Amino acid sequence: MSDADLVHSVAPRHWWRSLGVPLGILSLAALLAMLFSLSVGSASLSLMDVWAVLRGEGDALSQTLVLELRVPRTLAAFATGGLLAVAGALMQVLLRNPLADPYVLGLSGGASVGALVAMLAGMGGMVISGSAFAGALASTLLVFGLAHGTGSWTPSRLLLTGVVVASGWGAVITLMLAISPAERLPGMLYWLMGDLSYARTPWPPIALLAIVCVLVMPLGRSLNVLARGPLQAAALGVAVRPLEWTIYISASLLTAMAVTTAGSIGFVGLVVPHMLRLVVGNDQRLVLPACALAGGTLLVLADTLARTLIAPEQLPVGVITALLGVPTFLYLLYRSR
Amino acid sequence: MGRLDTQELVIDVPGRASGRVLNLCLAPGQRWGVLGPNGAGKTTFLHTLAGLKAPRSGEVHLDGKPLARLNRRRVAQQLGLVFQERQDGFPATVRETALIGRHPYLSPWRMEGGYDLRIMHAALARMDVAHLADRLVSTLSGGERQRVAIATVLTQSPTIWLADEPTNHLDLHHQTAVMELLAEQAAAGSAVVMCLHDLNLAARWCDHLLLLYPDGEACWGPCSQMLELSALEHLYGQRLATADIDGAPVFVPVR
Repeated sequence: MSDADLVHSVAPRHWWRSLGVPLGILSLAALLAMLFSLSVGSASLSLMDVWAVLRGEGDALSQTLVLELRVPRTLAAFATGGLLAVAGALMQVLLRNPLADPYVLGLSGGASVGALVAMLAGMGGMVISGSAFAGALASTLLVFGLAHGTGSWTPSRLLLTGVVVASGWGAVITLMLAISPAERLPGMLYWLMGDLSYARTPWPPIALLAIVCVLVMPLGRSLNVLARGPLQAAALGVAVRPLEWTIYISASLLTAMAVTTAGSIGFVGLVVPHMLRLVVGNDQRLVLPACALAGGTLLVLADTLARTLIAPEQLPVGVITALLGVPTFLYLLYRSR
Repeated sequence: MGRLDTQELVIDVPGRASGRVLNLCLAPGQRWGVLGPNGAGKTTFLHTLAGLKAPRSGEVHLDGKPLARLNRRRVAQQLGLVFQERQDGFPATVRETALIGRHPYLSPWRMEGGYDLRIMHAALARMDVAHLADRLVSTLSGGERQRVAIATVLTQSPTIWLADEPTNHLDLHHQTAVMELLAEQAAAGSAVVMCLHDLNLAARWCDHLLLLYPDGEACWGPCSQMLELSALEHLYGQRLATADIDGAPVFVPVR
């Protein structure tokens, strides 16, 4: 290494260069995706029309279309994607396992059973959401309680418990689908594959996403240290057990909220954090906010495609996230070192 | 200054009924070697000293205060531990790995600054791994990883060094380099405790020894008193031959 290299590499790393540039690019992408989502649909509007409506102008039809239908749905999609991606990134650090994902731990299974029970009983939107939320939290407590057992829990024990509980939920879901009356089946299947047309008001998920991002940011460096194992983290002054609880509870809340908003959308929580790690590295201080932005962007685009590809019919958004995400992820994995 | 005292300490080795009560004083400037056969509790002893493992009874005091009641971050500013085993869950570069040594000094909202990077870079250069700074740790050889681990603790700049087999995987030259580093830290006022398998490194580089026996017995004292051939043969259950080379005793196992 020459002296010039040495001086360069020792120079202070400016936070705006290491964090600002990638987050700026991702914010721009998120904004463009949202504008795109607002302008396309059964009646296409130009970007100028959308801009006019957002400024409070434009005709009444466009106003209703954009403000009452598309804006809430777009925001809900963004928030759901962000929540799932951040939850996935947190779970992967907690379990130090790249396969960890909020759904692997049985959260979505519990939520799905909750939602399907409400649907079978013929209940409407609010009850379905509430029931899904309750199911997700119940599953969280079940997994955590069982994994804790009589001793202390280890990542592999928590992961195994989660996987087993998830397959248990899977069996219950199949059983419920098998005994449901035929006319209720399409709604149930759509919910299981993720469907944003259930999304009511987007503000609770958006608010939760913002709050968690702000709360988790100062924990970023501790998470970097925790990723190297609990003993190493403790030796560097991290209060390991409280930090692990914080991560687990936050990730569970995020997932429960996402599932409640949009049904069970797989894949985002697993793939978005890995994609970002391949591109921006492993600093959680960058990965977590980047996950919120990139997860949101992915789901906004997927939902736009889901409601336009075979319009006026809608596709389950989970199918689109998988179709978009799988090739992108495989490509990034292929060319990574 | 960093000073560790063990008061009526019994370390918690699983499956062992009891153990010798340890009343040790690890003072600044001392270089302690911990010797013993596999499973004698060397790593457990080191982790207990670092406050990472609860003792069966007794206490460890850091500068006169009970370690268990001190703030972990404060402890980490004083006490550094080179682990024998390391996990790398996610890929990280050598630079990022060494930089986590600054964690105890930074408040949650602060990013690492130029000062932290200078310390990290000096540590990488000192351990002869500066040219690997941008490599992923997972692509390094065992010895290179060991040097990165020591550079991480050097970046942490503790006044108490606990090193679990610091010469693991290292070639002869780098073994000597690491021992020189630890001796230098001790000369600058650090307390150094290292678990070693190599009697000869202990005889050459330590000034105090703690011998841990598999049955929980232990004895300790200055090197000159502890390097008794019969005691060492009993410790390892192995016949040894000894000779003086370059001013220090050398021990060789014989049949």
